[in-house]
Amino acid sequence: MFGLKDDWAFDVSPRYFTLEDFDGGVARWCPACGDHAVLQAVKRICRDEQLPPEKVVAVSGIGCSSRFPHYMSTYGFHGLHGRALPVACGVKARRPDLTVWVATGDGDCCSIGAGHWIHAIRYNMNLVVMLFDNAVYGLTKNQTSPTSPVGLKTNTHPRGAWLPPLNPLSATLGFTNVSFVAQTVDWNPIHLHATLLRAYQHRGLSFVRIMQRCPTYTAGLFDDIQKKPDGMTLLSHADGVPIDDALRRIIKGEIEHDPSDLAKARALAEQGDPLPIGLLYCDPSRPCYEEYTNAGLDMKPEDKLAVLERELNRFAV
Amino acid sequence: MTTNSRRTRIDEQIVEIVSDSGEGAQKAGQSFGAVSAKMGNGVWTVEIIPAEIKPPARSRAGASGIRVRFGAREMTNMGDEADLVVAFNEQVLYGRIEQGAYREGTVILLENKWADDPQEPVRAQYAEALVEFKKRGYVVHELALEKACLEHTPTPRLGKNMFVLGMLCQIYGRDLKPALDEVAMIFARKGEDVVKRNQRLIEAGAAFAAEHIDLHYEVPAWQSERAMVVMNGNQAAGLGIMASGMEVLSMYPITPATSVSHYMAGVFARMGGCLHQAEDEIAAIGFAIGSSYAGKTACTVTSGPGLALKTEFLGLAVMAEIPLVIVLVQRGGPSTGLPTKVEQGDLLAALYGAPGDAPKVVLAPATIEDCFHFVITARRLAETFRTPVLVLTDANLATGVSPFPRPELDARWLAPPFDQADWDEKVPPYDWDGETGISQRPIPGQKGGEYVLTGLAHTRQSKVAYDPEANQLGCDMRSRKLAALQKTLRPPTVNGDPEGDLLVVGWGSTLGAITEAVDRARGEGHRVSSLHLRVLSPLEPGLTEIFKRFKQVMTVEINYSDDPITGAGAGEQRRYAQLAWVLRSVTLAPVQCWSVVEGQPLQPAKIYNAISRYLPPLGDSARAADKKSSEEAACSA
Repeated sequence: MFGLKDDWAFDVSPRYFTLEDFDGGVARWCPACGDHAVLQAVKRICRDEQLPPEKVVAVSGIGCSSRFPHYMSTYGFHGLHGRALPVACGVKARRPDLTVWVATGDGDCCSIGAGHWIHAIRYNMNLVVMLFDNAVYGLTKNQTSPTSPVGLKTNTHPRGAWLPPLNPLSATLGFTNVSFVAQTVDWNPIHLHATLLRAYQHRGLSFVRIMQRCPTYTAGLFDDIQKKPDGMTLLSHADGVPIDDALRRIIKGEIEHDPSDLAKARALAEQGDPLPIGLLYCDPSRPCYEEYTNAGLDMKPEDKLAVLERELNRFAV
Repeated sequence: MTTNSRRTRIDEQIVEIVSDSGEGAQKAGQSFGAVSAKMGNGVWTVEIIPAEIKPPARSRAGASGIRVRFGAREMTNMGDEADLVVAFNEQVLYGRIEQGAYREGTVILLENKWADDPQEPVRAQYAEALVEFKKRGYVVHELALEKACLEHTPTPRLGKNMFVLGMLCQIYGRDLKPALDEVAMIFARKGEDVVKRNQRLIEAGAAFAAEHIDLHYEVPAWQSERAMVVMNGNQAAGLGIMASGMEVLSMYPITPATSVSHYMAGVFARMGGCLHQAEDEIAAIGFAIGSSYAGKTACTVTSGPGLALKTEFLGLAVMAEIPLVIVLVQRGGPSTGLPTKVEQGDLLAALYGAPGDAPKVVLAPATIEDCFHFVITARRLAETFRTPVLVLTDANLATGVSPFPRPELDARWLAPPFDQADWDEKVPPYDWDGETGISQRPIPGQKGGEYVLTGLAHTRQSKVAYDPEANQLGCDMRSRKLAALQKTLRPPTVNGDPEGDLLVVGWGSTLGAITEAVDRARGEGHRVSSLHLRVLSPLEPGLTEIFKRFKQVMTVEINYSDDPITGAGAGEQRRYAQLAWVLRSVTLAPVQCWSVVEGQPLQPAKIYNAISRYLPPLGDSARAADKKSSEEAACSA
């Protein structure tokens, strides 16, 4: 870190990282796309936490938001549709030293990759999973997504989406071993940053649903929430997402919510108007799968060889 | 009868123990195989496995058991019909008879308690079977096995397997000491009483056979001085995975591959490895790819249906050049197919089963020993060529048990590829060598190497590229790696004369059976040779030249092909066996094939009959050969 240590001695790091050190070039999302804000928030956290870029990995699937790694100048893995989570878990399996950000969309996570979503929550590895929820398939040009609201007209449902939308928060809060669920919005950079930072600090898998505007296909979808003075409710708590006065000036509604209360969190997850934003649920005591996968990391080759020789003895004729 | 009556010397023997499942036949057979190996015999053991976990008792399809082929030479396959069978009931024998497991003269040692069964239908079935077996020419000895066991154990159904082990030791002149030691090891955890009881049963079985069974054989030792280990192919692959320095095995349960992980589960953690049972086949390979991307050696094991699900990720590993080892234990297909049975049906899927051009390395172990060493080679190739490597074994190798020379472990195999030194920023993440396509990869943590891996077409800098040149270059470079690898391979060795009437080409687990069949034909004077391929992508070089020296080339495989005579497909419509397709396209030679999909390991006699169709009558061949050699003599004169 750059600055003063507890003992007041100067500790000047030979490397100081600026925002530009995490900048992977011009992001090619549409102008006014909510993804830009998320990218900026993550870069800020990397800068503020002074994470060496080589120790950061952005993992994604396929979709608009999954272009995310390309716009970071860290390591990145832009893989297959729906498969960001198995890859991210694999990266973390033997590399506790890496910080992994997962960018996934409502189609990527809640549809084609839904099986992995359930199990990644259960593995509870130390990842920040950002669900960019714009309620539509954008990259493939306007098809219904599992989170599309009833009546949303798309190229696959021109008369309007028929099925009730899947609620990613309720679902996640129902998965065994869930340890962190938060909700935020792309259009409030303060809350977005504070939420992702809180997620980064959590030990275990932090699942953050980001309400994200798509100016091209679902423009206006969040207008009500965004523009109504009481469209959103801040969830406040000492363990929650920190709220400052600037935030309170913009968002009027606020309720105290203890994030250790799972039943209450589930009730809030069902609430759409006003939209609760902040930390819904957090249990840092849940077991992390890394404790299992990282076992034996520092074992020496000679000790491994000894085990193998004993095995061969077992099979010896 | 006395125990020291003279023994008949025989070179080899095939013994089966067949029972309902849960009667311990496999344990007895494995122990007998191990004892035979310890006494210096060549041994090949193969389990007879019903598809259900607990099929109904006394059912034909429920046959569970084991075949042990042993003799005074190396055993490379299960052989043809059994010489001697121990059966705990007569019904399970029918299942084996349907598979052609027995011949006229096969000796059957049959539990006879069914003759006095309280249920009339059982008694009738038993009586009927005796007539049937006699008609087929089997030599049936009815024995009161369970009754004899009752003197030594209150639960003869569970103990008679060890009694049978003792019987077999007596019949084939095995020392009891190694059998008793073996049992002590198997039951060590169950306590002294259990060990003692089972040892008593072995001794009782031996005494029973000496008194009641007039069969006394001696099978001489073959084995060299080399230290040997004995295991099945899945254990060998599992051991190979660990010895190759893998840190992560990511898998999803699938028959017949799962037992690789069963074996490793106990040991891998002690070696500091991570066995991840993923939520599905796709996640299993995704997790391995993630670990490998992060610089940790990773592999996955699967079978055909799992390969189908893994295909998209496999394509990504090819495209993004991620080292990865996939052990594919083939079973019968298509679809769920024959989960516990043998087939070599995934070759084309392994070679070409991906959208677009996805060149990858494909190896095929031919022996249980290969299953160990090929994984070590696979890891080296995966890292050197920055590519996925598929290792194709099959259910025959997976469950076959045979001794092989104890591998000499090498600490260098365990060295991780992990590098955290600074990366030269001027070197792009895909710094393809124009000639070989090979490049070094940066690993997360390496300062200066930051790049975004992508499955999209990309440049040397790993930047997404849609321009016409970029994808052409990327495909060229990835293909070039196979060409570069091929240049390092030697042409395969021909077993037999380098020229002749027929060359039989095989791959995978059929090596032993093909060699045995071809050697038999050659012994009769036929001009036939064989050749076995172990590297299938890139293909071993020099095949065109080798094929030219034979009048006819054919493959022998366990996968589907139209029969050119009786089948629907002929001429251009004919669908060939999988290796035949590959060889025809590569060499342009009119390679023929014989293949079956009966779910069974190929047996030497069947192969012999099949290749005989392609062999000229002996006289013609010999005359032609004479003529040729006299021509040669004339030329050299």
